[in-house]
Amino acid sequence: MTPVVEFHEVSFRAGGCEILRRLSFEIHAGETLALLGRSGSGKTTALRMVNALVTPTSGEVRVEGRATTAWPPRELRRRIGYVIQETGLFPHFTVRANIGLVPRLAGWDPARIEARSRELLQALELRPDDFLDRYPAQLSGGQQQRVGVARALAADPDLLLFDEPFGKLDPVTRAEAQRQFLRVTRALGKTALFVTHDLREALLVADRIGLMHEGVLAWIGPAGDFLGAEHAEARRFRQSLDPADA
Amino acid sequence: MLDELFTLVLEHLAMVAMATLTATLCGVSGGILLTRRAGWRPALLGFAGVMQTVPSLALFGFLIPLCGIGRGTAVVALVLYALLPVMRNTLAGILSVDAAVRESALAMGMSEWQILREVELPLAARTILAGVRVATVTTIGTATIAAAIGAGGLGVFIFRGIASVDTGQILLGAVPAAAMALIADAILGWFERRWATPAPTRT
Repeated sequence: MTPVVEFHEVSFRAGGCEILRRLSFEIHAGETLALLGRSGSGKTTALRMVNALVTPTSGEVRVEGRATTAWPPRELRRRIGYVIQETGLFPHFTVRANIGLVPRLAGWDPARIEARSRELLQALELRPDDFLDRYPAQLSGGQQQRVGVARALAADPDLLLFDEPFGKLDPVTRAEAQRQFLRVTRALGKTALFVTHDLREALLVADRIGLMHEGVLAWIGPAGDFLGAEHAEARRFRQSLDPADA
Repeated sequence: MLDELFTLVLEHLAMVAMATLTATLCGVSGGILLTRRAGWRPALLGFAGVMQTVPSLALFGFLIPLCGIGRGTAVVALVLYALLPVMRNTLAGILSVDAAVRESALAMGMSEWQILREVELPLAARTILAGVRVATVTTIGTATIAAAIGAGGLGVFIFRGIASVDTGQILLGAVPAAAMALIADAILGWFERRWATPAPTRT
């Protein structure tokens, strides 16, 4: 079966800097791959290549077997859910309009959009009647993030991109958000690329972990094997779990 | 006298309306263009800025050889004056839209046109309207000078009053112009608050 996402020898240079170097990996249907790395390791750039927000300098990213450069960009993007730390919710749209945006662009009829929005809010434990008419500024950080997830899921994309989605949340809200993430992706059989700098989060949400270090994929394997990985950067990440153990 | 006042007020209004509408159309389009063509910013903003520094009487004078005398020339000059605040505020308003909002609009598959219409312009509306308000109020004042090149309007009273050292005549031109500016300011200010209030405080 064709992998949902393939990176093939992908490099990216900008302003004389090599940001990604010969990155190759695959994401298979139904799995969550976490790209783990420090700030500046290139993980976000890699993620943004999947929905063609960034074009590789060389190499190729393929989605469903087709190079991102061969897809009409808007068609590609509408098939992919995208959740970022800053949420990017439209401040002048209600929760209803925010969630309904992609379905509306795809030409769904209003009744179907309404039903879908309610279903998603319910799944994310936000009571539709209380939340549909609110504006993002009237929501807490955790609620905004959940609406962001609902928006990404609205048109039922098979592939989801998460860029540090829970990075700004307090630890308790964060744990709830991670649990919901697991429930939603697992139950719906979604394929996901999850970028994070938090090993604990990567271990929790991912089937496989790819470790990014200075623009290179330093290690990739099943999440369970990461604790035994030999790479020096992997060791440093493990030490971050328990500084006293260093 | 009252008849003449009425006619001149109408002339003044027509001149101001034509000038601010044109300046708004050109200024907003120009501002949008500048958000997409950063390289053009110094040239276009510089041009509009220089236009504002030319004394208005001189600008009317410069335009006479190009466009003759009369209302048309006056409107051209007023448009040149009003352009800067509208263009600059359009640019500033759109640039101030949160980068994450713009990026997620793009990532959700919106076209540039959809992003402009549904995201950037609504979020910049308040700033743009503020620019239009400044442009309108200054245009009402500057338009009194247009009488000097035969464009009519309330300036006719003012220039006549100056020539005949008649304060009453000057006031007959100045007071309605000032009142018009205040009313325009109030009306546009009301729109600015009502239409362009950031959504959250509306509920």
